[in-house]
Amino acid sequence: MDSVLIPKGVERCSIGKFALFIAVVGAVLLWGVVAMLLIYIKGLNQTNMNNAYGFALWIWADLAVIALGGGAFFTGLLRYIIGKDELKHIINYAVLIGFVCYSSALLILAIDVGQPLRAWFIFWHANVHSMLTEVAFCLTCYFGVLTIEYLPMVFENRQIDRVPFFHHLGHNMHATMAIFAATGAFLSFFHQGSLGGVTGVMFGRPFGYRTGLLIWPWTFFLYTWSAAAVGPCFTIFITRITEAVTRKKLVKDNVVDLLAKIAGWMLLTYIIAKIIDTWYWAAVTAPAAGFTLMDFYSNNPGSAYGLWILIAEIGLCGVVPAIMLVTPNIRRRPAALFVAVTLAVIGACLNRWVMVLQVQAVPVLSFETWFTYFPSWQEIATTILPVAYGIILIALSYRYLPIFPQEQELNPIEGGK
Amino acid sequence: MFPFSFEWIWDMSHMVFHGGLWYALSIIGMGMTYCIIKAAYDSAKGKGGHHGHGHH
Amino acid sequence: MDQPNFKKFGMVIDLDKCTGCGACMVACMAENNVAFREDETDKMLSISWMRIYRLTNGKAFPNSEECFLPRPCQQCEGHHGHSPCVSVCPATATDYDMKTGIVSQIPTRCFGCRYCMASCPYHVRQFNWWDPVWPEGMERSLNPNVSVRMRGIVEKCCFCFHRYQAAMDQAYVEGRRDLEEHEYQTACTQACPAGAIVFGDLNNPGHAVHQLAQPDPDREGRPRNPKAFRLLERLGTNPKVYYLTGRDWVRKAGDNEVKKS
Repeated sequence: MDSVLIPKGVERCSIGKFALFIAVVGAVLLWGVVAMLLIYIKGLNQTNMNNAYGFALWIWADLAVIALGGGAFFTGLLRYIIGKDELKHIINYAVLIGFVCYSSALLILAIDVGQPLRAWFIFWHANVHSMLTEVAFCLTCYFGVLTIEYLPMVFENRQIDRVPFFHHLGHNMHATMAIFAATGAFLSFFHQGSLGGVTGVMFGRPFGYRTGLLIWPWTFFLYTWSAAAVGPCFTIFITRITEAVTRKKLVKDNVVDLLAKIAGWMLLTYIIAKIIDTWYWAAVTAPAAGFTLMDFYSNNPGSAYGLWILIAEIGLCGVVPAIMLVTPNIRRRPAALFVAVTLAVIGACLNRWVMVLQVQAVPVLSFETWFTYFPSWQEIATTILPVAYGIILIALSYRYLPIFPQEQELNPIEGGK
Repeated sequence: MFPFSFEWIWDMSHMVFHGGLWYALSIIGMGMTYCIIKAAYDSAKGKGGHHGHGHH
Repeated sequence: MDQPNFKKFGMVIDLDKCTGCGACMVACMAENNVAFREDETDKMLSISWMRIYRLTNGKAFPNSEECFLPRPCQQCEGHHGHSPCVSVCPATATDYDMKTGIVSQIPTRCFGCRYCMASCPYHVRQFNWWDPVWPEGMERSLNPNVSVRMRGIVEKCCFCFHRYQAAMDQAYVEGRRDLEEHEYQTACTQACPAGAIVFGDLNNPGHAVHQLAQPDPDREGRPRNPKAFRLLERLGTNPKVYYLTGRDWVRKAGDNEVKKS
């Protein structure tokens, strides 16, 4: 029924099956929308945040989703600026995933602030010294860049491409894409870093505070680095899931292998830097504020922050996937590659969790105790909302847009057209 | 955000931050303006190619 | 160094006099139109600009001791006016005033991102999780000099800044620019029945707070009085609330220290 919209030379499932899929995901989306409306109407008391937990699940979700969306800027940098031409076969999907991630972040932020109607104050009354100002500006600008990178794919839809203006616009945007990719990389460097800076500058919170270079705490650079490392891992992760759902091979092995290799080396160098930073913080920075490393981890009744979280973040989900990805014999096994990228993705999520939630949990005044938190169903629903939205957008894009240049070659249709 | 906001100070932090911001915005703006105007010009001239051609 | 006419309004709280009666908390709530709910059981969600903590020395009877510690906003100066909360606010809704030393809060500009709450180690910043609901008739007894706050924004103790403005207005009418010590006092100071709270200008040698705390301007306000201490001195927040005590364990509880084995 919608075959005129489907790209030429590829097969898609029936419209009925597709509609059912969208309906199921749509139900989850609707649940999230109901929660969102509750929050807008009744206020933030619908969450389990409190005066000790100003930052909670949503802020973690924001940071995590932006780190995972880092594949867009880094793949763009590798393809357009450094010239890794093979990545042109996966850049479209990386951009789409980035678009989903950043629009999700903006959506969650719009729900998270206490006065959403005043959100424009962050632009109008900007405090240039605040890391969050930097985040807001760069994030918004970069979302614009992602839209610009996504639009040419939309214009390549069979029907839209027939309109001369859109055809030419898409073509011209492709031709100038290097400029947008470079600007995107510049903006991403700063907002990915500033998200690390959000916690790193808090000199009142010894768990999160880091010294650094000039105005930038070390977490600034570590966050950009980890986003560049884990973003491509997330792109590979989602590509593999998409291939499993569609039961098709969508990207050739050499492309995935190249991206995984680069991600592996970024991850390895990042984890070494992270280990050095963690050591320095534990040995010098935190003791200067009166805390030992174990003050932050053990003996915290009621809370979940044992030393296991540090070992999981850096060891199991940092060193292990890094070594797996840089070792060709391991990287080239599909199952091992999937495990490695999954661990890397979990590692970034753990890192962001620790820097948002554990910072709030640790008492600073000696006569306070550890603070505990578990999200309310409204928070969980509104965090799953962008995941559902992302699945729908990816499904629509996969169905109607030529996202994967190699799909036709890898999946020839018998007696094909 | 703009020099006429009352908290704007002509100090190094403002110059660096807004310098970088408006520079990036200008590049994006000029790039898109070029693409849109050229697309309008090309489609008005009736250049061919309605069928999706190969990807770059 | 401060300009000669710059003030630094601060507090000295004598922990050996505080009985934990809570009059300061009540006076603050009344003075500043602080909202409250019908069920205030969950203290993590309630707003109390002034909060009293109960400290114990952790020992068993007969050696157990307790201490009540009132904690207003510490009005941190940090390094040259960079309080932990001021530097992080993205909308400039909070600002450090070099002339008075007070960290202001602009309720109409705050959009509730809660970054300042995350930054403050003292938990003085609290959020309006609900809109205020005043019991029938109470809206007529609200303080007209303090704006009420709606839901979704952060608030904190501002050293009753409206009283400073009123005192300065009075002084201006009388043709002078300086205030006497008694002309600007916070609600909590005046309410304390034990006289445990003293408020004034730390830069003015004639004021009681200066004489009690003896702040050292060359060491970012560290108290010269050996009985005085500030909470979390090591962090470098440079707060303006000094605590007096003769008890060693109380002074130690005011900061964190890496125990040397």
